[in-house]
Amino acid sequence: MARKILTEYINVPGIETFDVYRKQGGYNAVEKALKTMTPEEVVEEAKKSGIRGRGGAGFPMGMKWGFLAKPEGVPRYLVCNADESEPGTFKDHHLMKCLPHLLIEGMIISSYALGAKKSFIYVRGELMYVIRILEKAIEEAKAKGFLGKNILGTGYDLELVVQPGGGAYICGEETALLESLEGKRGNPRNKPPFPAVKGLYQSPTVVNNVESIANMSWVINNGGEAYAAIGIGRSAGTKLISASGHIQKPGVYEIELGLSVEEFLNSDEYCGGIRKGHHLKALVAGGSSVPILPAHLIMKTANGEDRLMSYESLSDGGFATGTMLGSGGFIVFDETACIVRNTWNFSRFYHHESCGQCSPCREGTGWMEKVLHRIEHGHGSMHDIDLLVDIAKKIEGNTICPLGDAAAWPIASAVRHFRDEFMWHILHPQEASRPGAVYQGEMALV
Amino acid sequence: MEEVKPQLIKITFDGIEVEVEPGTTIMQAARKIAEADDSQAGLVPPAMCYYKPLPASGGKCRACLVRVAQGSTKDPRPMPKFVPSCITQVQEGMVVENTTNPAVLDTRKSIVEFLLINHPLDCPICDQAGECHLQDFAFEHGSVKTRYEEERRTFEKIDIGPFIQLHMTRCILCYRCVYTADQITNKREHGVMGRGDASEISTYIEKAIDNDFSGNVIDVCPVGALTDKTYRFKNRVWFSKPEDAHCNCDKCSGKVIIWYRGDEVIRITARKNVWGEVNEFICNTCRFERKKTSDWTLEGPTKVKRSSVISANKYRSDLIKKTDFSLRLAATQFKPIDDERAYVTDTETIRHQSIENNDKANHRSLAQNNN
Repeated sequence: MARKILTEYINVPGIETFDVYRKQGGYNAVEKALKTMTPEEVVEEAKKSGIRGRGGAGFPMGMKWGFLAKPEGVPRYLVCNADESEPGTFKDHHLMKCLPHLLIEGMIISSYALGAKKSFIYVRGELMYVIRILEKAIEEAKAKGFLGKNILGTGYDLELVVQPGGGAYICGEETALLESLEGKRGNPRNKPPFPAVKGLYQSPTVVNNVESIANMSWVINNGGEAYAAIGIGRSAGTKLISASGHIQKPGVYEIELGLSVEEFLNSDEYCGGIRKGHHLKALVAGGSSVPILPAHLIMKTANGEDRLMSYESLSDGGFATGTMLGSGGFIVFDETACIVRNTWNFSRFYHHESCGQCSPCREGTGWMEKVLHRIEHGHGSMHDIDLLVDIAKKIEGNTICPLGDAAAWPIASAVRHFRDEFMWHILHPQEASRPGAVYQGEMALV
Repeated sequence: MEEVKPQLIKITFDGIEVEVEPGTTIMQAARKIAEADDSQAGLVPPAMCYYKPLPASGGKCRACLVRVAQGSTKDPRPMPKFVPSCITQVQEGMVVENTTNPAVLDTRKSIVEFLLINHPLDCPICDQAGECHLQDFAFEHGSVKTRYEEERRTFEKIDIGPFIQLHMTRCILCYRCVYTADQITNKREHGVMGRGDASEISTYIEKAIDNDFSGNVIDVCPVGALTDKTYRFKNRVWFSKPEDAHCNCDKCSGKVIIWYRGDEVIRITARKNVWGEVNEFICNTCRFERKKTSDWTLEGPTKVKRSSVISANKYRSDLIKKTDFSLRLAATQFKPIDDERAYVTDTETIRHQSIENNDKANHRSLAQNNN
C-alpha cells in the first residue's frame, strides 16, 4: 500500500464528526502550531516541505506565503479556493465531503502562519450539501474552542467563513475569486498588483487550494523535511488524482508523486486498467485544460524514460510531447472515444465559462466552438483545421487570466496529435456525423 | 525650500529613448514621444478600453499589447508574454517593442479580427462613423477579409432614456461607459450582464439612465453603441463644422464643442484631447438642451488633426503625412508577384489561350456534375 497523507482515515466511520476525527489524532497539529511555534516557524515548515500548489499551477506554497506583504494596521486574509469545477477534476469536492475537519484544521494552521484573523472558504455554489457539511464542522470546532476568540487560550482569534460561489468556472481564478468574494462580478483583475500585495478588500491576501491547505496538518505533525522526503525531486508529497473515463475503477486516489503513469493506470490499487476488451487511445493527465496526449506518448517521455506522475515528468518535452499535471484530473479515453467530439465538448465548456472581459477570450472561445461544431457535424472544410490552430495560437498568452490558455491548449494539442481524425471528419461527413461513429486509425482515411 | 523632483526613468520605446516619471505606464511614455514629435504619432499603441480620465480602465481589449524585450536594468530578462501597455508601469532601462516587432503587429491584427467578429460593419449608417476608434483601429491594423463565417450575435433594443440610444449589437464591451457611470456620477446605474460573448451592457431591469452627467457615456464610447438621440441620423460628422464654445454653467465647466451644419447647431460634445479623451466632462443640460448659438460664447474653430476625417474635405490630401508606421505595415503586407512568364501582347495568342481556358473550365464543371 502506498503512503497516505490526506486520505489515511477517510474510511473510518463518522470521520466527518469532530469527536471521531479528534480520536484519530485530528487537531493535534493545531495545538502544536499554536502552542509551540511562532507564525514564522510555521511558514518556514511550509517552505521546507516543498509543497506545491495543488490547484493546477504548481507554484511552491511556502514561497507564495513568503511574498505576503505585512504592512502595519492592515488586515491580512487567507482564502481557500474550493471552486473546483474543471471537467474531470473532483478531488477537492471529495476531500471536503469526507474530511471537512482536515480542511478546517489546515485553515487554522495556515491562517495562524499568515496572521489572518478572518479566513474564507469559497466553495462552488452547486455543492450546497458540502457547504452544509463544512458549516456544521465549523460549528463543532468552534464549540470545542478551536475556532473563534482566544483559540486554546493562546490569544489567537480566527473567524472562518464559508462563502458559496455563484457557480462560475472563472471564479476559480484567484483574482476573479476575490472579486466575487467582494460581491462583484467575477472578472479577473489585471496583475500586478498581485493578491499578496493587494487582494481581498485591497489587503494582502493568500489564495490556496483545498488540497494544499489540507496538507498542512501533516506537515506540522511530522515536519517539513519528512514531507519533502516523500515524492520525487521538486514534486514533493502526495497528490489526489481524480481518475475518470474508460477505466475499470474511476474515483479519487491519493498517490505519491513519482508513481509511474503505467502503474497508476493499470494497477488494481488505482484505476485497474482500461475497460475490458478495449485499448488506450488518449489521455488527459491534469484536467480538461491541459493538452491531451495520444497513447504512444503516455507511458514514455521524449527521452525514452518511464513517464511518472510528477510535475516535471509529465511536462517533459513541452507541449510537443508532454502535458501538465495540472489539478490532477486524469481522464482516460479508449478507442471508442471520438477526439473531435470530445474537443468540441471541452470547447463548449470554455465558451460557456469565458467571463467576456477581454476580447481574445470572449470572441475566440465562441469562434473555436463554432468551428469545432461544424467539423463534428460534417460541415467542415480542410482549412478549418488550420483556422482552429491559428485562433488557438492568437488566444494563448494574450488574455488577462489563464482561461484563454485553458481554452486554447486542449484544442491545439488535439489537432497536433489527432489531425487525421479531424481530416476524417471532414472527408467523410456522412459517417463522421453519425452518432457513435469513431475514426479507427489510418485505414479509415482512405 | 527647494522642491524635490522625482527621479526620472529612462526607457526605450521602439528604439527611441524617453525619460518619464516613475509610475507612468508604457502607453503614456509612448504618447509622450508622440507629443514631442508629431511624425512619431504612429507608434503609439491603440487603445480601445483604456481611458486616462477613468481610473481602473484598461487591460481588457488587449489592443495595446506590446513586447517587453528587457524588463529593467536590474532584471534584463524579457517578459514571457506580451503585456498591455496601458496598465504596465515602466521600469528603469525597460526596452519595449511595438511597431518594430512583427509578432506584436500580428497579434494586433488578430485583435481587430476578434473585435470585428460580433461588431456589425454598419459604418454607412452608424453615427459614430468618422470618429470611431474601432474604425481607425481596423483601418490601421486589420486585414481586408474576415475568416469568420458563423452567425453574429444580435440583441433586442433596450430603451435606456430620452437622450441616449443603446445599440448593444455594436458594443465591443470595453467597459468605459460602466466606469463613467460608476465614477463621475454618484449612482451605479449600469453594468455588464451575462458572460462570454453573450455578455451585454444593461441598466437595472429596463431602467432609464437619468442623472445629470449621463450624456458623457456617449463621448467615452469608442464605437457607435451609445449614441446621442438628439443627433442621430442628422448628419455625417465630416460635413459638420466644430467650434469651441463655453457658457456659464453652474453644474459643469461649460467648455464644449458645438457642431454646426450651416447655421444650425446639430450636436454638442465635450472637448477631447489628441488621444480622443474627454478633457472635462459636461452636464446633460449643456449637451442636450442648449442648442442655440445664443446660449454660447464662441471661441473659434476647433483644432482638428489633419489626419482626422473631419478635416478631410477642408485640406489637401497630400498635406496629410503618412506615418512611418503605416508605411512599415504596408511593407509587411505587400506581396511581390512571383510571375516569370513573359507578357503576351499578341491578340491571336490571347484568343487561343482564352478558348483553352474556357474548355478547361467546362470540363471541370462537367466532371463535377457527373460526380
